[in-house]
Amino acid sequence: MARNTSLARRRKSSYRGQAALGFFVIVLFVVFMIPFAMVVLNSAKTSKEIIYSAISLPSSWGQLFKNVSLIFNNPTVDYLGAFWDSTVITVLSLVVIVLFSSMCAWVLVRNKSAWSAILFMVFVAAMVIPFQVLMYPLVRWMRVVGDFLHLRLLGTVPGIVFAYLGFGCPLSIFIFHGFIKNIPLELEESATIDGCSRGRTFFLIVFPLLQPIIVTVLILNGIWIWNDYLLPLLVLGSNGIVQTIPIAVTAFAGAYLKQWDLILTSTMIAMLPIIVLYLFAQRYIIKGMVEGSIK
Amino acid sequence: MKRNRAVNILFTFPCVFAFTMIILIPFFYGLFYSMTDWNGVSEDIHFIGFKNFRYLFSSPDFLYSFLITIGYTAINIVLVNVVSFMLSLIVTSRIRFRNFYRAGFFIPYLIGGIVLGYIWQFIFNNALTAIGDSLSIQALQVSFLSKPGTVIWIMSVVNTWQYAGYIMLIYVASIQSIPASLMEAAAVDGANYITRVFKILIPMMANAFTISLFLTLTTSFKQFDMNLTLTNGGPATRFMEMPVKASQLLAMNIFSTATANRMAEAQAKAVVLFVALVVVALIQVSMNKKKEVEM
Repeated sequence: MARNTSLARRRKSSYRGQAALGFFVIVLFVVFMIPFAMVVLNSAKTSKEIIYSAISLPSSWGQLFKNVSLIFNNPTVDYLGAFWDSTVITVLSLVVIVLFSSMCAWVLVRNKSAWSAILFMVFVAAMVIPFQVLMYPLVRWMRVVGDFLHLRLLGTVPGIVFAYLGFGCPLSIFIFHGFIKNIPLELEESATIDGCSRGRTFFLIVFPLLQPIIVTVLILNGIWIWNDYLLPLLVLGSNGIVQTIPIAVTAFAGAYLKQWDLILTSTMIAMLPIIVLYLFAQRYIIKGMVEGSIK
Repeated sequence: MKRNRAVNILFTFPCVFAFTMIILIPFFYGLFYSMTDWNGVSEDIHFIGFKNFRYLFSSPDFLYSFLITIGYTAINIVLVNVVSFMLSLIVTSRIRFRNFYRAGFFIPYLIGGIVLGYIWQFIFNNALTAIGDSLSIQALQVSFLSKPGTVIWIMSVVNTWQYAGYIMLIYVASIQSIPASLMEAAAVDGANYITRVFKILIPMMANAFTISLFLTLTTSFKQFDMNLTLTNGGPATRFMEMPVKASQLLAMNIFSTATANRMAEAQAKAVVLFVALVVVALIQVSMNKKKEVEM
């Protein structure tokens, strides 16, 4: 009997604990989401309304669409163009990073020579180098090389995609390297016996097996490239022909100082695609982030 | 055999080429430029030895940025890891909607530092002051971003908001890899929840803590985007009897030095940042080695 009551008491207190925890989490979650609410609320106000009160509800939600169309039809900042350029730069960079890093990592794993070991070590060591050490010499170097070859590397999509390949490949090679090591060699050997050339073996046998780790590499690099600010700023310039979304947002904030109705609407539009993508690919993104950081 | 070699070279070439052009060459140029009088305009560059470095360690703005970056990093390490560890406990408990919470806490990480800096600037400068005005709370009426004493803490809060969901995922993965029977056995033996967390969970998660500490440390040390759009270095304060910017972290100090065309000086600062990160990485590696021996 005594034991029963103590059990009941424990269960009761655990229920109470659960309820308290549940309440605490809801409060915490709401606090976490307040910034998003603030953006949406104030994107639906006029500048005057925000100055009057930044925390009130908007008087009419129709203002939201007015603000959005103001952003898209803005004469100083080509927001739609920045969207397109950001998408093109991110997609192209991801394609070359995945393709070339996996090819390189495969050779480094399968070709057991001193050269492979040294090359791999150099790639891994380079991951410590902060962007700040490279950025100004890089811009100068890209200008020198561009002038020499009569190619425009600065201010162009191919130039920045090439730069992203250089910055993205060390980590991507490292991740692919760890995965390819665990693929049994027998698969490739039997393909070779069947007369498959080495190059074809990679694309027909190995590359399809990499699919789960490709997702990881895509997500890690994708979030970084989409949100990156300094490299596009230095390579593309703050008012070049090619723009990215982070540059467009800063251009907006610079041009419309303290006009929070426009600045916040521009941040809302900048966040929307990545959040929508996240809602659809949430499982993959979370898995990719975890695997990418643990390895 | 010869054809194999051709494939090896062909497959590694794109990454090796991009890596050499984008990272290796600019890196060595960068080391060289830090010992010159490069100003970004003149092509006439002279070698001046360690003069830039000697100057750095007597210039108040750099010393202040260096110290404040260390402080900011220390606050972040504690704040981000405590919050994300708590979040990981919550989303691995038996609470309802735990997967929904897990997905939600991660969203801030997807938004780039540039965009979220503007959002939080609005919250601190406009929304919180509006709350202070309408409730007549004096402490809130002046923005926290305009007080030199609090601005670094505020940046840490924003940084925690951004990174907690990401670091949480690392802890969640680690918790899920611990067999549930261990925690249950301890519960049966009468250990309460707090004891179980401290005596079983945390020691079993050593690896996740190492990764998370390293990630928080390096990202805080290199913080730039959010710094630029949240505070732009301000407000003004005094250090060593000289005016300095209260929230100008190291990366931003480098950036503003270069913007003033003092390229060689900026480069020398970047080299100092690089050396600091290498020291941290070496400590990290040696600590990992030690742990491996223990296991």
